[in-house]
Amino acid sequence: MANNVIIELKNVSKHFGQTYAVEDFNLYVKKGEFVTFLGPSGCGKTTTLRMIAGFELPTGGQILLNGEDISLLPPYKRPVNTVFQKYALFPHMDVYDNIAFGLKLKKIPDGEKTRKLTKEEIDKKVRKALKIVDLEEYENRDISTLSGGQQQRIAIARAIVNEPEILLLDEPLGALDLKMRKDMQLELKEMHKKLGITFIYVTHDQEEALTLSDTIVVMKDGMIQQIGTPEDIYNEPSNAFVANFIGESNIYSGTVTGDKKVRFINHVFDCVDEFPKNEKVDVVIRPEDVHITSADSGMAKGKIVSKIFKGIHYEYIMMVGRNELVIVDTRDLNVNETYGFDIEPDGIHIMKKELTSNIYNDAYIDKENRVVISECPFECDITSLVQGSIVDSEGYVVGPDGTRYDFTDADVRAEIGLKDIEILDDEEAGVVKGEIVSIIYKGDHYQLTIRTPEDEDFVLDTEYTYDENDLVGLNVRPQDIKLTLKGEAKKYAKK
Amino acid sequence: MKKKLSFTEFLSKFYVYILLLVMYAPLLLLIVFSFTDTKIIGRWDGFSLHLYEALFKDAEIMQAFGNTFLVAISSAVVSTILGTMGAIGIFYSGKRSKAIMEGISNIPVINAEIVTALSLTILFVMAGVTFNFITLLIGHVVLTIPFVILAVRPKLMQMDPNIYEAALDLGATPKKALRTIVIPQIMPGIVSGFILSITLSLDDYIITAFTRDTAFQTLSTYVYGVTSKKGTLPPSLRALTTIITLIALVILIIVNINSSGEKKKNEKI
Repeated sequence: MANNVIIELKNVSKHFGQTYAVEDFNLYVKKGEFVTFLGPSGCGKTTTLRMIAGFELPTGGQILLNGEDISLLPPYKRPVNTVFQKYALFPHMDVYDNIAFGLKLKKIPDGEKTRKLTKEEIDKKVRKALKIVDLEEYENRDISTLSGGQQQRIAIARAIVNEPEILLLDEPLGALDLKMRKDMQLELKEMHKKLGITFIYVTHDQEEALTLSDTIVVMKDGMIQQIGTPEDIYNEPSNAFVANFIGESNIYSGTVTGDKKVRFINHVFDCVDEFPKNEKVDVVIRPEDVHITSADSGMAKGKIVSKIFKGIHYEYIMMVGRNELVIVDTRDLNVNETYGFDIEPDGIHIMKKELTSNIYNDAYIDKENRVVISECPFECDITSLVQGSIVDSEGYVVGPDGTRYDFTDADVRAEIGLKDIEILDDEEAGVVKGEIVSIIYKGDHYQLTIRTPEDEDFVLDTEYTYDENDLVGLNVRPQDIKLTLKGEAKKYAKK
Repeated sequence: MKKKLSFTEFLSKFYVYILLLVMYAPLLLLIVFSFTDTKIIGRWDGFSLHLYEALFKDAEIMQAFGNTFLVAISSAVVSTILGTMGAIGIFYSGKRSKAIMEGISNIPVINAEIVTALSLTILFVMAGVTFNFITLLIGHVVLTIPFVILAVRPKLMQMDPNIYEAALDLGATPKKALRTIVIPQIMPGIVSGFILSITLSLDDYIITAFTRDTAFQTLSTYVYGVTSKKGTLPPSLRALTTIITLIALVILIIVNINSSGEKKKNEKI
């Protein structure tokens, strides 16, 4: 590996009891790089940062700083400094003492021995740090008299004054208003260039990530989804989640119909990615990659149903059959008029479909012949476990040969199709209830992920709109749950 | 035209004042009559500071007075140090042990003092210890420690949890971070825990009576001893109660100023 790697995370994971926050995290960061961990809340990005800072210890894997294992080193021995989301300034000290805190503890080599910094040296460094964050002459101010933005600058000054090898920033702009956030973004980028320190930045704001970073690490559920430059992540998202999370995009379900040909929204388009024929895929198209033409030319056509002026361009929604297509264009076009459109082959991004059905490998059968998924009992067709069987009056499954089976506590694998889950607004009305944790729009329907309190996910397709964090109930018809017995049916035969 | 107040209107207006009067009347009576040289409360023999003179001349009372403050301050110092360390330890321990330890540390607060006193006595007797100043000190520390923990805990909970991590991050060892960052943040809680300990120890009778060396008199044991022997209150004790009330009042004012100043600071943030 190249010599200029400053920090490397090898198979790092962090488990809290049964649940994991970070799983098998692999990354190396080059000296002077600006790396951003991007993902929704709870994706493990902050936990990863805290492991680099030393506030959390990894339960597996290694963190190497300049080739040395620092996984278990306490935070005060690591040459990294952190800027916290809520600043974490020391309220009982003034600005000067806050910034000087780290310097007063620092020991620098002096011949063979080490010594503390002198008052003059500290003074000089504090003043320089204050100058970098543009808050000269604030040194004697009380922390409580500063605005949020000023406190954030002091927090940055307090960290960079120690000249750390890596500066960790945990959503540092999250508590600021939009205007101030934009200004600070530019200043941070400027600061990064000037100082030459490696920055590792955590945010859930994709725009912030695109603006600031050299490299973006997209995370979801404790796992890395994609690592790449902002351009890579935007132009070549590795899956539907990344595409949906970064920027506007049209996402459709499609089928590969031949060599570099894919069918979606009822049309066949040329593309550049090669996939096996008949493979079900996700198709992602950025709004700016669709070119509107006159109604007769173009690969396909549709009717514009909505138009929003966005300053430098218009955002149109075109109905192509039953599918919506979001397009941006600088031209002023008419609503309710039909136009044609072209999509260049390299504007069509194809990804292997992640999920075609819900599969639950640790389901089991309860006493009432129901299948229990995520601690919730679903009515099911228990006779499907043994071909040609019926259920007798006592609730035992009777096979065609007359053998009686008792499937209580039998482990089964349950499979439910994405279209077979009924979603109910009343969370108590369903067999299971859960919270909507992700919504991906697929042209003519939404793909929702609903997480139960037991942390099981149900993915379903629906035409109706819901909001993230909505609580909903879920129901499945008995015949739509496909059951497979683990092990032999013989095991459950009654003697 | 002025309306005559009905009885219920009168009550609703003056209830609190009547209540306060009833509560403080005995105390006021003692204070007023500490400034006259009379044997019987109720007869005013003219203003005099003779009782105070007698009080300060009474070597026994002065000895008890000194002893009381010696016990109060030394036990408050010990329990403030131990209680603060305990509160910090409990605060940073795991979920389950935290709940258990918080519960256990509160038992002496709820428990009848006599039970605490008796069990301490039995413990000392079984250990073969003769009762001395140390046993008394231990008794008072046991009495006051839970209150220090209760006073410090909310300050820890209000503290931004990241500031301790920030101190570590900037190179402070856990010890240093505790001393320079955490302790200053919870100082108001430590101070009120200390004051609370002093006031609790000052007027304690039960634990003192059980755990002291019988030759060692504090004010409470002295007053109890004198009144139970003679059956009446020696006049100079009126002056003593007035002084104690005054001290309590001063402590109360200090605590109030302390907490209101802190409130203002919080409002500013």
